[in-house]
Amino acid sequence: MDRFVFLLTTGIADGVVFALFALSLVLIWRSTRIINFAAAAMAVAACYLALAVTDLTGSYWAGLIVAVLVGGTLGWAVERGIMRAARDPLSGVILAIGTVMVLQALTGILAGPQSRPTPVPFGDRPVIVGGVATLSPYDLFVIAVAVTLTAGLHTLFARTSLGLQMRAAAFAPEMSRLLGVPVARMRTIGWILAAAVGALAVLLAVPGELGLDPHAGDSLFVSAFAVAVIGGLDSAQGAVIGGLLVGVLISLVTGYLGAAVAPLGVLALLALVLLVRPAGLFAGVEARRV
Amino acid sequence: MNQNPRRIVLLTMVGLIAAIAGTFLLDPYRNYLLALVAAHLCAIAGLSLLIGRTGQLSLGHAALMAAGGYGYVAGVKVGDGVVPGGLQPVLGLVVAVVTASVIGLVLGLAGARLHGPYLAGLTLAVVLALPALTAQIPALGGDQGLMVPFRSVPQALSSLIALEQWQAWIALTVVAVVLGVLATVDAGAPGIRMRAVRDDEVAAALAGIRPGRIKVQAFVLSAAAAGAGGGVLCFVDSGVRPGGYGVTLSLLLVVGVVVGGTGRLAGAAIGAALVVLLPWLIGLGTSAVDLPAEAAQRLDGNLAVLVFGLLLIGLTVLAPTGALGLLTRAGASRKRSAPSISPLSKD
Repeated sequence: MDRFVFLLTTGIADGVVFALFALSLVLIWRSTRIINFAAAAMAVAACYLALAVTDLTGSYWAGLIVAVLVGGTLGWAVERGIMRAARDPLSGVILAIGTVMVLQALTGILAGPQSRPTPVPFGDRPVIVGGVATLSPYDLFVIAVAVTLTAGLHTLFARTSLGLQMRAAAFAPEMSRLLGVPVARMRTIGWILAAAVGALAVLLAVPGELGLDPHAGDSLFVSAFAVAVIGGLDSAQGAVIGGLLVGVLISLVTGYLGAAVAPLGVLALLALVLLVRPAGLFAGVEARRV
Repeated sequence: MNQNPRRIVLLTMVGLIAAIAGTFLLDPYRNYLLALVAAHLCAIAGLSLLIGRTGQLSLGHAALMAAGGYGYVAGVKVGDGVVPGGLQPVLGLVVAVVTASVIGLVLGLAGARLHGPYLAGLTLAVVLALPALTAQIPALGGDQGLMVPFRSVPQALSSLIALEQWQAWIALTVVAVVLGVLATVDAGAPGIRMRAVRDDEVAAALAGIRPGRIKVQAFVLSAAAAGAGGGVLCFVDSGVRPGGYGVTLSLLLVVGVVVGGTGRLAGAAIGAALVVLLPWLIGLGTSAVDLPAEAAQRLDGNLAVLVFGLLLIGLTVLAPTGALGLLTRAGASRKRSAPSISPLSKD
């Protein structure tokens, strides 16, 4: 039972990061109808720079800020420089794959293949409550950041004029353009926001893994993709709920069956959800044209 | 596009004979490379047809090639002692194609219901789960993979050709069969149905075509081609291990498709040659320059990927019809048969 509680709470802590990364995918899907397959590679590149800054200044927080800034800049550059050339979803995916290859090769050449340990701002040993191992201070920090960020994004989209314009630009680009919404700029802002959130998610996730290497984001991307699909790509709430679901699933499968089985668990869940509801569990009411 | 089947068979035969004659001009290592090109060509041609004709993007074809490799080992093991030694590789290749087709059928059934990016993500998850699968099933040999007995050149030819040349012959024969079948399907009624589904699913359905069934058929055909490629790779390398069939290979197959021009079988040959030969050439280049060991190692693994990535972006932006499209643009007055890259979904 203790073990179950421990796995459950760790799963929730992991799931929060999945949810955050999935939010990054949802943000881009909502504004451009593209699944950003390059999200992980972009975030990992940003994390390398963040790590360099942390090494240089000795401050974790300086690195964190740099990760967000560099992530956003990369989002801007990739959207303006590459993804704008996408003519249809297929060429969008292919362009993203090209971006992945370029970024991973560059980080590999510049930083080497070996994984690098990353600093943690708080202890990562689980706190014992009444004899039961639970979350670590670091896990609580991650959860706090994720909850704050999710709430912030929700406020942005639900309460501000910028959020309204972004939603309009994504939902009905032509109509929005006629009404004076700068659609292209809204898309760029969507990419900047999404890439910054993605970089933060990977930075938070990496200490839990073995360390930072050029492929550190790959499995996180697949988990987050599963989360986004399970939630329905349009839905931010779906991303959050799906994130917790997948996080707990992976934690339980890893704890009871072994870490090697976890990818199979994600694959099975992904296949199941796609077969039962091809548009995800929390897809909006918008009718899908055949 | 209305090439009749007899012409395709003739072209394939002539091409195969020319290629086999060509192996006499190459040294053993280059014949080995040629066999690798042929193996990748099987998978790239199948994937090219899938993407170009039905708009389904699979990032899982490396896993399908692996399925072919494991199927090949299983076929050879089953045939051991039952069929004569010379026929064991044939049995292995048949089992390779069947194994990959069955897995392709499962993936295709799931994929037929999905829009492009969803299918890409699902197939990507399949490739990432492959090492987990081989680790869980003891019969698949874990990270070590499986080995098959070494195949030497048949007695009658052993004084005439080297082992690598023999391997190239087998690989070329398989790729000729695969290309012949793909070209025949593409030129015939199934190819027309695939294009109809790609261009407008509703109109195709109204015309009595069942879009789901066509998509699944295309996926199975493409998986079978990838399985044949995986079987050949296993024959050439005398074994299969999961490490060789990761995400990188899947992405390289997509590069091969795009470089040649999506949906063009002749372009797939250019793509396959590039995918196999560019890393080799870059390896030659970096070893010619006197670099520190660590820098050379970093460049060796990554420079090719960097070039592939830039090619992928550059070609998609500047030349969507691929290398073959650029080459034939001079004679562009000829009517193009089909657009090379097509919309995946109509959101």
